[in-house]
Amino acid sequence: MPDKTKKTVSTDPGNREDKVNVTRRKFIRAGMGAAGVAYAAALGYPVYRYLADPAEKAAAQAAETEKELVGADTLPQGSAMIFRFGGQPALLIHHEDGSWVSFSAVCTHLACTVEFQKKEKRIHCACHGGTYDMYTGKNISGPPPKPLTPFKVEVLDGKVKIARA
Amino acid sequence: MAKSKSLGPDTMGTRFYKWLDERLALSTMAGFLSKKTVPQHKHSHWYYWGGITLTFLIVQFITGILLLIYYKPGPDAFESVRFITYELEFGWFIRGLHHWSANLMLLALFIHMFSVFFMRAYRRPREFGWWTGVLLLLITLGFAFSGYLLPFDELSYFATKIGLDVAESLPLIGPALAAIARGGTDVTYLTIQRFFTLHIIVLPLIILGILTIHLVLILKHGNASPPSEEAKPKNKRKEIKFFWDFFVKDITMWLLALNFLILVTILFPPQLGSPADPLAPAPEGIHPEWYFMSQYQFLKIFGNILPGAIGEFISIGLMACALLLWAIVPLIDNTGKAGKRAKAATYIGLLSIVILVVLTAWAYLAI
Ligand code: HEM
Ligand code: FES
Repeated sequence: MPDKTKKTVSTDPGNREDKVNVTRRKFIRAGMGAAGVAYAAALGYPVYRYLADPAEKAAAQAAETEKELVGADTLPQGSAMIFRFGGQPALLIHHEDGSWVSFSAVCTHLACTVEFQKKEKRIHCACHGGTYDMYTGKNISGPPPKPLTPFKVEVLDGKVKIARA
Repeated sequence: MAKSKSLGPDTMGTRFYKWLDERLALSTMAGFLSKKTVPQHKHSHWYYWGGITLTFLIVQFITGILLLIYYKPGPDAFESVRFITYELEFGWFIRGLHHWSANLMLLALFIHMFSVFFMRAYRRPREFGWWTGVLLLLITLGFAFSGYLLPFDELSYFATKIGLDVAESLPLIGPALAAIARGGTDVTYLTIQRFFTLHIIVLPLIILGILTIHLVLILKHGNASPPSEEAKPKNKRKEIKFFWDFFVKDITMWLLALNFLILVTILFPPQLGSPADPLAPAPEGIHPEWYFMSQYQFLKIFGNILPGAIGEFISIGLMACALLLWAIVPLIDNTGKAGKRAKAATYIGLLSIVILVVLTAWAYLAI
């Protein structure tokens, strides 16, 4: 809007009013910029909430620290099952020797879901060939940098209780 | 628009501008746009309505894409709209914007169309502006009709059913047309899937194409002045520059339109009825949205005078003729000056407004 400011510009060089007008023009520009940013933010916020809502609800759901797996106590020896715990896959293994262990099934390398391999006696990740110890979840070979996160297992009558350590 | 003449050594900015300019001919375009002017007279405020219509269309695109993130066509349609409206944070707001902006877009479009009509902006050389405009009206009505089914509540179910039954009464092609549109003998989730495809991809592609032609033609020919202005000698007519003098006012109007839209959305967020049930009777007082009310009333009147397929056929035929007449106005009023033909166009315009208003009011009083 150059027109509006034009008439206020004085022809007298070095006039004090000139400087005042330049400052005022800058001030108005800055004010308009700020109003624009505020307007965009006021519209952006609902859009952000609209997009983020399910992720936040899922995160809230994932906050569980304990889970009961009804009927899992009948899992045969030497086999495993995958279940959902805190929004992520987890592994429950009933070993040949009768012991029970449970780990997060999320590979510590790049988050593929790992698999219990009975014959090879290991936990294996197919994505980049990482392997973990099937009793402790410790990373043995391949790219995984850390052991699988272990969970506490409690076998009860008719169910298995899993809890974060 | 960077200045092409710069004093002293080139800054990074001007070097980058020159680099782009050489490849994209920016200064040619900027030169063209900076010369563009808009006539200034006592009817100039009507020039804002095309831009306001465009603002609402842009809102439709943005909110439509946002709705697509959660909307599920097919059997889950109702549930997904219920989820958006009542569970998702600000879902009611995004859906509300889409709903109200559709209505306001049609309102702005009607105002725009009648204002260019009475400015005689369809006259030589602007005929194609008028024709693309008529197509834009039809496409927008297509958007509204197809979108209305998508929530699949009771109202949208019956609205679509009735709309397609009207199509079905057309001789020869009617039954096949309706069957293809429905994907069966009744409105089902297959119909939703079809309307969804129309609504989110076919119509958007078409409207973008036609709109581009519409806008390029306006750039080419500029805004038309009403005949009262054209009659004045050239030096008595005033003009203002499009950039930035008119554009600043234009943007102000867009922001006003946007604020009005937001206000209406917050005050009257659209709700969702009960899920569509093909076996339930139509709810009392069911009627179409306001922009289909005049056609609805017209059908009703003819249905009373000439019951049965004949009445429906004749009323559809008459409406088609009216639309055709509206489209060929540039060929009727084609002399470019006052006279019998110009008068005929004036009567067509006034009559159209009277008929639309009377039928719409009548329809609402008859509910
Ligand atoms: C690219 C552009 C568009 C996309 C992607 C889009 C997408 C959608 C979607 C996903 C829905 C279903 C959700 C709901 O019912 O609220 C919908 C509904 C609807 N759309 Fe659009 N749309 C677009 C443009 C338009 C236009 C231009 C109009 C009309 C001028 C329109 C009018 C409607 C109407 C009336 C509804 C029903 C709204 C309701 O009952 O709340 N849409 N649209
Ligand atoms: S993700 Fe498991 S080894 Fe890479």
